[in-house]
Amino acid sequence: MTKQPRTLYQKIWDAHVVDTRDDGTCLIYIDRHIVHEVTSPQAFEALRVSGRKVRRPDLHIAVPDHNVPTTARRDANGKRIPIADPQSAQQLDMLERNAPEFGIRYIGDADREQGIVHVIGPEQGFSLPGATIVCGDSHTACNGGLGALAFGIGTSEVEHVMATQTLLLKQSKTFQVNVEGTLGAGVSPKDVILHIIGVIGTAGGTGYVIEYTGNVFREMSIEGRLTVCNMSIEGGARAGLVAPDETTFAYVKGRPYAPVGADWDKAVAWWQSLASDPGATYDKSVHIRAEDIQPTVTWGTSPEDTAPIGGVVPAPEDFADASKRDAVKHSLDYMGLTPGTRLTDIAVENVFIGSCTNSRIEDIRAAAAILKGRKKAPGVKWAIVVPGSGLVKEQAEAEGLDKIIIEAGLEWREPGCSACLAMNPDKVPSGERCASTSNRNFTGRQGPGARTHLVSPAMAAAAAVTGHLTDVRTLSENS
Amino acid sequence: MTPISQVSGKAYPFGRKNVDTDVIIPAHWLKTVTRDGLGKGCLESVKKEPGNVFTDPAFAGAPILIAGDNFGCGSSREHAAWALLDMGVTCVIAPSFSDIFSGNAFKNGILTVALPQDAIDRLLEVAKTDPISIDLEHQTVTTPFQDRFLFEIDPFRKHCLLNGLDEVGLTLAQDATISAYEARTGETMPFLAHPTRHTA
Ligand code: SF4
Repeated sequence: MTKQPRTLYQKIWDAHVVDTRDDGTCLIYIDRHIVHEVTSPQAFEALRVSGRKVRRPDLHIAVPDHNVPTTARRDANGKRIPIADPQSAQQLDMLERNAPEFGIRYIGDADREQGIVHVIGPEQGFSLPGATIVCGDSHTACNGGLGALAFGIGTSEVEHVMATQTLLLKQSKTFQVNVEGTLGAGVSPKDVILHIIGVIGTAGGTGYVIEYTGNVFREMSIEGRLTVCNMSIEGGARAGLVAPDETTFAYVKGRPYAPVGADWDKAVAWWQSLASDPGATYDKSVHIRAEDIQPTVTWGTSPEDTAPIGGVVPAPEDFADASKRDAVKHSLDYMGLTPGTRLTDIAVENVFIGSCTNSRIEDIRAAAAILKGRKKAPGVKWAIVVPGSGLVKEQAEAEGLDKIIIEAGLEWREPGCSACLAMNPDKVPSGERCASTSNRNFTGRQGPGARTHLVSPAMAAAAAVTGHLTDVRTLSENS
Repeated sequence: MTPISQVSGKAYPFGRKNVDTDVIIPAHWLKTVTRDGLGKGCLESVKKEPGNVFTDPAFAGAPILIAGDNFGCGSSREHAAWALLDMGVTCVIAPSFSDIFSGNAFKNGILTVALPQDAIDRLLEVAKTDPISIDLEHQTVTTPFQDRFLFEIDPFRKHCLLNGLDEVGLTLAQDATISAYEARTGETMPFLAHPTRHTA
């Protein structure tokens, strides 16, 4: 029997089918679940009320990230500093009690391995290629950078996974996003994904799982692939992945939870078989030339509102679709922008470098390379760099990056989600702008009335030193 | 989950259209850590309106809510269903519901009954003074005055509600199948099946 060529997604799916129903719905096994403090309390409560257990506690890790302040967690004597906001403190307390009660490893807020859910999964080697990975946060797709099938779930599903280690799912269609060619200098993975979302739109991937293919992704570091897959959801797709390869194996090897010995060899052999077969077909495809991608920024309140940094703020009339024209009018109003304004003329008062999209070591390095020997512009009131995890923080400090950042006049913080969603005290004041490396520029996302411009870490650093959106290619790296 | 076969008793004769999830449970209630207590925030703004049915002692503790078109529209927050349940409502009758809300209601053991507007109008009238009965087995809504309305329900949902089966419970009934999968992959994919922390 000749086998039908299959895609990466299809292969991972097939390996995880526990049961198939008549209507095509499948019971899919979930290999890893990462739990945070916001979407889990009610799920734990439901388990307790119904007298149910967590079926496989060893497949879960719990860590607080959404609510934690990014200021010092311990005082001079090493004592943990309590969290001021009572509701945030309560959500943390609940997780700290729930996780051990159900046998789940808990990484505390003052633990050196604490960090953002989607940063610590890959960093710990807990997230693995070919695995099914879920978390109660929509940017779980981030883990797809390792070649895992990863997606966000709601509270009921969190409970379902805890109790049964499975989810009832229907197969998605597949969407190939192919980028070939050579990326120009100063063009980062963040620019690649912002450009892609600009091309496909925020609904482009709805109902699909994206596979990113082409030499650009094959040549990209894992950190970069994680950045790209992270924002699959902004392109409408619940998940996005890059086929695992030698770069992936080198990244995973030696991490705390990475397989060892014979298990490692077995794993690599399977991972090598996961790449889409030649002749495998996708339900749709888009092809993008790497040379067309410039350092990219957003000007509106939808992640698809992107433009190359050399461009101008568009006018509503530039759009053919009537409802989009309306949305653009609204966006520009909220953003306080006039059509025709050069993007590089937009002044920013705030800079946020962090979030699960861009808070890994490469991101901190990219920002530091621009900040080195420069100073924060006087117009920039608040500029923070928030590492994605305690381990990223240690690594950055070992490389002296924290000193460069502090010398440039930016703040070097403790890990967490921070100003990505402003659930903790890190907020952008109403009416002010922020050059942000996060993933969502929605109305009010970084605080009520906050105006977000999504950018890469290097571009955020460039904005910090010039005081306005800046083409990073006009600044040299001071090494 | 508590099985539902009959719901009988007082009904809130609310009748309003397009009641969205922000009205059912305002956003400032979302930082909570339990499902309990959300009943207090349920329909908070409506409860402040003079003459509303929710603070009228005549309807206190009613298990049924009668509403207008498109009940539960807006966001996907599951808190909306939790809040109603915490307020004691186990059945909502309306001409139509948002898909997401009826899914969330079902997952939490709330029966949603869709009936034509004229039936709703009649029930709103009766509920002012008299109780209403819903019989899930026979798919009927009746009043003490010989009114009898038939309603449709997805057979799978009916089965689950009648037997108090939630999705978790249903999947747990397949425990043997899941265990068989785990036994299989423990052999073929040990690296996925058994994460072990090797280094600190
Ligand atoms: S950094 Fe933002 S997107 Fe990422 S997990 Fe935290 S809140 Fe979600």
